[in-house]
Amino acid sequence: MAKPTPTAGVSTRAPASQRSRTAEMLQHAKAMGKTIEVAIDGSPIAVPLGTSILEAAGQLGIRIPTLCYHEDLCLAGVCRVCVVEIEGQRTLQAACSYPISSPINVKTHTSKVRRARRHIIDLLLSSHVGECYTCSRNQSCELRELAAEYGVDFFRFGHVQKPRYEIDASSHAVVRDMNKCVLCRRCIRTCIDLQEVGVLEALYRGNRSKVGTFLDRPLADVVCINCGQCINRCPTGALRANDPTDEVWDAIDDPRKHVLIQTAPSPRAAIGECFGLEPGHAVTFELNTALRRCGFDRVFDTDFSADLTIIEEGVELLLRLKRALVDGDASVALPQFTSCSPGWVKYVEHFYPERLAHLSSAKSPQQMFGALLKTYYAQINELDPRDIVTVALMPCSAKKFECNRPEMCASGHKDIDYGLTTRELAKMIHEAGIDLLKLPKSGFDDPFGTATGSGVIFGATGGVMEAALRTVVELVTGLKIEKLFDHADVIPVRGFEGIRYAELPISQIGPVPELVAHLFDNWDFLKDVTLKVGVAHGTANAKRVMEDIKAGGRFSQCHFIEFMACPGGCLGGGGQPSPTSPAIRAARA
Amino acid sequence: MTFGEIEPGAGLKSALARPPADVLARIDASGLRGRGGAGFPTSLKWELAQKSKGDKKYVICNADEGEPGTFKDRVILGDFADMVFEGMTIAAVAIGARHGIVYLRAEYTYLRGHLEAVLQRRRENNLLGENICGREGFDFDIEVHMGAGSYVCGEETALIESLEGQRGEPRNRPPFPIDTGYLGNPTTVNNVETFAWAVCILAKGADWFKRLGTEKSTGHKLFSVSGDCRRPGVYDLPLGITVAELLAEVGGEDAKAVQVGGAAGQCIPRRDFQRGIAYEDIPTGGSIIVFGPGRDMLRVAKNFLEFFIDESCGQCTPCREGAPRLLEGIEMLHRGDCSMTYLDELCSLGETMQLASKCGLGQTAPSTFLSVVQNFRDEILGRTGGN
Ligand SMILES: Cc1cc2nc3c(=O)[nH]c(=O)nc-3n(C[C@H](O)[C@H](O)[C@H](O)COP(=O)(O)O)c2cc1C
Ligand code: SF4
Ligand code: SF4
Ligand code: SF4
Ligand code: FES
Repeated sequence: MAKPTPTAGVSTRAPASQRSRTAEMLQHAKAMGKTIEVAIDGSPIAVPLGTSILEAAGQLGIRIPTLCYHEDLCLAGVCRVCVVEIEGQRTLQAACSYPISSPINVKTHTSKVRRARRHIIDLLLSSHVGECYTCSRNQSCELRELAAEYGVDFFRFGHVQKPRYEIDASSHAVVRDMNKCVLCRRCIRTCIDLQEVGVLEALYRGNRSKVGTFLDRPLADVVCINCGQCINRCPTGALRANDPTDEVWDAIDDPRKHVLIQTAPSPRAAIGECFGLEPGHAVTFELNTALRRCGFDRVFDTDFSADLTIIEEGVELLLRLKRALVDGDASVALPQFTSCSPGWVKYVEHFYPERLAHLSSAKSPQQMFGALLKTYYAQINELDPRDIVTVALMPCSAKKFECNRPEMCASGHKDIDYGLTTRELAKMIHEAGIDLLKLPKSGFDDPFGTATGSGVIFGATGGVMEAALRTVVELVTGLKIEKLFDHADVIPVRGFEGIRYAELPISQIGPVPELVAHLFDNWDFLKDVTLKVGVAHGTANAKRVMEDIKAGGRFSQCHFIEFMACPGGCLGGGGQPSPTSPAIRAARA
Repeated sequence: MTFGEIEPGAGLKSALARPPADVLARIDASGLRGRGGAGFPTSLKWELAQKSKGDKKYVICNADEGEPGTFKDRVILGDFADMVFEGMTIAAVAIGARHGIVYLRAEYTYLRGHLEAVLQRRRENNLLGENICGREGFDFDIEVHMGAGSYVCGEETALIESLEGQRGEPRNRPPFPIDTGYLGNPTTVNNVETFAWAVCILAKGADWFKRLGTEKSTGHKLFSVSGDCRRPGVYDLPLGITVAELLAEVGGEDAKAVQVGGAAGQCIPRRDFQRGIAYEDIPTGGSIIVFGPGRDMLRVAKNFLEFFIDESCGQCTPCREGAPRLLEGIEMLHRGDCSMTYLDELCSLGETMQLASKCGLGQTAPSTFLSVVQNFRDEILGRTGGN
């Protein structure tokens, strides 16, 4: 998904060094439509002016190794692994960040190039503390892959053994081990440019430089929203999620404990990638079997509580509208914001605290499920809530933070005890020796009834919005609606890529259904009202919408806006398998 | 010094008397090349900035003077500040800029008051501000911006990052400052001395400038001479002068080696003293450091490497990780436990740094190491770790 270009009036916090000047020029140059003939390893190709050497080589099927380059991020040109030789130039050039502007003759694997790349990899290894067999990323590490590709069979310039930095495990979501960091700065660009949160930056200089936070504070003490997008883009094991699998195993092994797991749709769509499947193959029902074999006592579908969240949020919206339209209460916080993305919630807390009232008061599906399990479910199954252990499989690292928020225990018990990411659960299944792909399918356990299916689209962006609106419209009109947006007027918002806006006129009203009869006498106040809704995913987009609201723009007139912290919504969550790319995220949908 | 012989204001008067293209042509005819070290033809840089599209253009004077052993810009700014500003104004005429910035090295903060006073006087005399010298529509002003004590911020793109309030790190090039410079606008960055010579050329003509120097390195240049010689200081000498001639001038005839171009430059051994100091032979931004017969060349290389390790911005791998490996190599040589194979490997690593580093700092960081290993092999091998 392309990063939106900053709109006027919204300042990006990205330092220019990490903003992509080259990419800016690229767009500019491509718009001019001029093509240039170049030769790469002797093959001629005509490319639009400004195309990078890396891109041009890719079109010819020539692979140039990269490390700091990432499709989702602006260019850095810092690792220098991608250097190539351009005829007539004294120095080698970084293919990822060299825009073609004249007919050049490029050689991608001359002896100079091979030696330089080899040296660079050797240098990276010389200061990289780590042994692959003890690393969480040993199957997906780009540094290890590069070393293999370049035939590294000894440490030419030594190999540091002693860690220089303390591991920062202060955050419930992200663990940082800077001893394994290769300073590719992808995490910095993710946090500053992609997410526009701005927690991470390069500190100090030379070989003392490291990736750090404001005043080098622990991650738990800074404005990190726990989105985990930095983890997904780190090429090494320097960033990982805070992993509670040992505690989960302990609970499973404890005969007194009744261990319940709920699985969200997005990890079910992606966990197959950890078992060698191409992205885009959901293994929901094989996963149910695997979880039972691992020892979980019950396996539930988060879709169930997603429905609850949607009804809560929908009814809350109707109540807010009533207060605003009928009671004329000007203090009602509209638009209402969704609250199911814990990264987004923390983002609002840090960056727009004056807007907290706009957040829906509904708990997220994960937490609602947990609360139900520790209360109603415990009651009907005659269990002591203290013996119930609730685990949630989520695509998300922020969910780990959410379940540890002190207020998330209204029943006196922690709603959710442990949040597992897709990657961590895959590891548990591997550890149990279970061959996920060969398992028979099995269904979910049925806690209190059946889910409707609207939760299934929860994971895609716009899903919450669509489901909540459908609920609202069904309640108000009494009609069954299959495809909501067939009824809506989806209006493209210019300059807001990755952000949607729609209008939905309510032309007829029905009787107030039983379910909400205690709250509403009639729907008259909604007659001929046009519901205005928005959807934004990725905090960079969220920020644009928030600034638009502040400036009194179109989104300030909205009634309801869905926000998700991760680009691409939960499918691109910070707990999903590595690597990530626009194509992989699209395939998961 | 030549600068003292130039009538104040003559250069600007001459520039304003002709169309901008003529100003460029005159600089071009003089063959003036940048005095900051890289020796890029000044007229070409200005011409590219002039042709680059943009309503806001900037003239930046690089007064970061961070190269070890250079102090000539300090002297120019102290004694000939008017001339530097006049040169910037001429550049503004040539490229069509309205804004000028002097990026002043943090250690030169004491010069700031003086520079501001000179700027103020120029404004009062209509040499800066609006309708300069009565020319309708020619507006140009200069502000002074302080550096924060980083050598790499002398590199022009890092300098611009620093001006923009960012971490001082070199950018990817291309694009170059002449089209995407300060705040994304066309910008020319030139050395203090380059601006001063531009004034001389406009005042006295291209032929006058070309009468000295070599064909490819025309004119004079200021040299900052330090180290083991009897008369250290700033010298105004023609380019093309041989190392031996220069040593005779400064009283360093018995030198064992001369570092030309500062830490980023080359270490010239005695047998090469007949070579000329010029862009086509031994280029320099003006730093000359003389090493007498008693100097330990391994310590010299060590000293420079420590400097680069300290000053590297740390963004790219070859420079950040390479320089410390070379330093370790020096320590091994000192202890006498560096094998010849490893020494060769380190030299090869040095070449990689020259080829693959992102900016001039990393590209030049290994050069002293390489020249010492090449030229003083006998001296550095066979040590046992003593003094
Ligand atoms: C690490 C590094 C440090 C530099 N420091 C300076 C400096 O202090 N002063 C300077 O004029 N140029 C310095 N330069 C050169 C500038 O990048 C640039 O080439 C110069 O300012 C252009 O001016 P000129 O064309 O007039 O020489 C440095 C270059 C590098 C790579
Ligand atoms: S988790 Fe998100 S907010 Fe926190 S450092 Fe990583 S990218 Fe930034
Ligand atoms: S933590 Fe990971 S992503 Fe960040 S700079 Fe280090 S290696 Fe790169
Ligand atoms: S060569 Fe050194 S100073 Fe230059 S960009 Fe690379 S790390 Fe920074
Ligand atoms: S991938 Fe090009 S410099 Fe890192």
